[in-house]
Amino acid sequence: MATGEQAAAPHGEIIEDGVRRRDFINVAAVSVAGVGAAAALYPLINQMNPSADVLALASIDVDLSAIQEGQAIKTIFRKQPLFVRHLTAKEIAAADAVPLSELRDPQSLADRTKEGHKQWLITMGVCTHLGCVPLGAGEGESRGEFGGYFCPCHGSAYDTAARIRKGPAPTNLEVPEYEFRSDTVVTVGGGKA
Amino acid sequence: MSFPWANHYEPKHPLMKWVDERLPLPRLVYNAVGAGYPVPRNLNYFWNFGILSGLALVVQIVTGIVLAMHYAANGAIAFDSVEHIMRDVNQGWLLRYAHANGASMFFIVVYLHIFRGLYYGSYKAPREMVWLLGLVIFLLMMATAFMGYVLPWGQMSFWGAKVITGLFSAIPLVGPAIQEWLLGGFAPDDAALNRFFSLHYLLPFVIAGVIILHIWALHIPGSSNPTGVEVKGPQDTVPFHPYYTAKDGFGAGVFLIIFAILLFFAPNYLGHADNYIPANPLSTPAHIVPEWYFWPFYAILRAFTVDIFGIPAKLLGVIAMFGSIILLFFLPWLDNSPVRSGNYRPMFKMFFVLLCVDVVILGYCGGSPAEEPYVMISQIASAYYFAHFLIILPLLAKLETTLPLPNSITEAVLSGQSGATLSTNTNTAPSAPAH
Repeated sequence: MATGEQAAAPHGEIIEDGVRRRDFINVAAVSVAGVGAAAALYPLINQMNPSADVLALASIDVDLSAIQEGQAIKTIFRKQPLFVRHLTAKEIAAADAVPLSELRDPQSLADRTKEGHKQWLITMGVCTHLGCVPLGAGEGESRGEFGGYFCPCHGSAYDTAARIRKGPAPTNLEVPEYEFRSDTVVTVGGGKA
Repeated sequence: MSFPWANHYEPKHPLMKWVDERLPLPRLVYNAVGAGYPVPRNLNYFWNFGILSGLALVVQIVTGIVLAMHYAANGAIAFDSVEHIMRDVNQGWLLRYAHANGASMFFIVVYLHIFRGLYYGSYKAPREMVWLLGLVIFLLMMATAFMGYVLPWGQMSFWGAKVITGLFSAIPLVGPAIQEWLLGGFAPDDAALNRFFSLHYLLPFVIAGVIILHIWALHIPGSSNPTGVEVKGPQDTVPFHPYYTAKDGFGAGVFLIIFAILLFFAPNYLGHADNYIPANPLSTPAHIVPEWYFWPFYAILRAFTVDIFGIPAKLLGVIAMFGSIILLFFLPWLDNSPVRSGNYRPMFKMFFVLLCVDVVILGYCGGSPAEEPYVMISQIASAYYFAHFLIILPLLAKLETTLPLPNSITEAVLSGQSGATLSTNTNTAPSAPAH
């Protein structure tokens, strides 16, 4: 085949090492088309990621000044319930008294709160088992046998640091990313926007 | 395609001749599901469920297209638009109930179709590709049904979407990012609802496309039959039309009667009352369950309650659930027995019945609350499910003594042991003609 082409060489092709100019053009053209196809794929895939308006709601400010000691509020963060709880000294002591070795998901209360704000327990209100909303943040709701939160779906009980103590949930209630703007205002979320 | 003795398409009318020369579409239909497709003469009623699945798909596409004319995929009004269909749209209640129950009917006939294949060894060479494409259709059906269930935006819709997309969050490292990507947010909302509607409209047509491949692949070796013995000559077959069009027509009548009973007398029997409560992200239903056709898989998902080798229980459950279907893709190579039909495999027949019972138990547990004794039963039943395919079938292929096969379909038919009447009677040596 090569000899035939060499003999003809009708288009003035230079044949060296069996690689023709046309082979190079073929590879180059298909490569460029491949890169182009990959580039076209990017917006098609990325459009499915959270849009700007969803991300705009990805962080919220919570005013803590009205939450009395022992009280908790439910608010909404990223379309999911968020629990903000003002722990009493007794609840803090109860959480600190538990040895970490007894816990399924070992974390101390200090790990789950900000330094100097140990009385503010801020967690997602989403049970880590199958995503139900636990009871305990509202007035008069059952707080379960460990005094924190209690999920009525499958009986997971959380303690006063919202750590899993009993039932099927694998991990503690999630602590979202947050920071204190002042002593009475926290900004929850932020990393995303 | 097909056997050399297949009838040939010969257009009589000049117009059909003219068309055939330019676009041989009528010829294609004639060869695919007409008199041009020779089929084993001994098919029993279990061979109806392929056509019935196709019929169910047509019902879903037709009712779905008209429902989409009245539905609004927006979180604020989706629930109301479904109620609008139920109360205000002319015959809207009928169309929606037909679509919702049509999905159940679709799964019933597809499950029977799959189990027919499992019993009669329809997945074996040379029909592996037919089986594989069927599984692809099944996966597409599951995705379509799940997304369709989200559209009414009731409590079960919302929490089902949350739990199912939450499965992906079990994947290490990239899981949560994948869940956000699937939902287009941090919890199911407008973005998720819209994309689910878009895909729910698209996938049935993809299914229709794969069905064409499924039938194409089937027509290369031709249909299997209850004896599992290959067709040897023209005496073993009859033309699809009118023999099996008539038989399938009867089956379609029975199908429609059952469908109508469900539709007119118990339209909400298979649904869940909680889905008539509008979606509320701040309140979880006490007992989240998928639709009945997902129950066996849901039971496998929830069967894992403890971490094994440091792999979280949640991830194990997800792997097992997907694994239970992926496994079926390897079935043609897991079951090496050269005998196809369960009629000639006494041990296999026993284990097949056990598998059916096992899947029903899994289904029952999947629909029950995640508490004892259902969790333990799910664990045992899940283990048995995997053992059936990974241990029992490969061993049976080696150890089982099968019954002698008839020499041909015709011989089996003439001795009354063809399986055509659902009989599994296979008394050996087909009562040899007395003299």
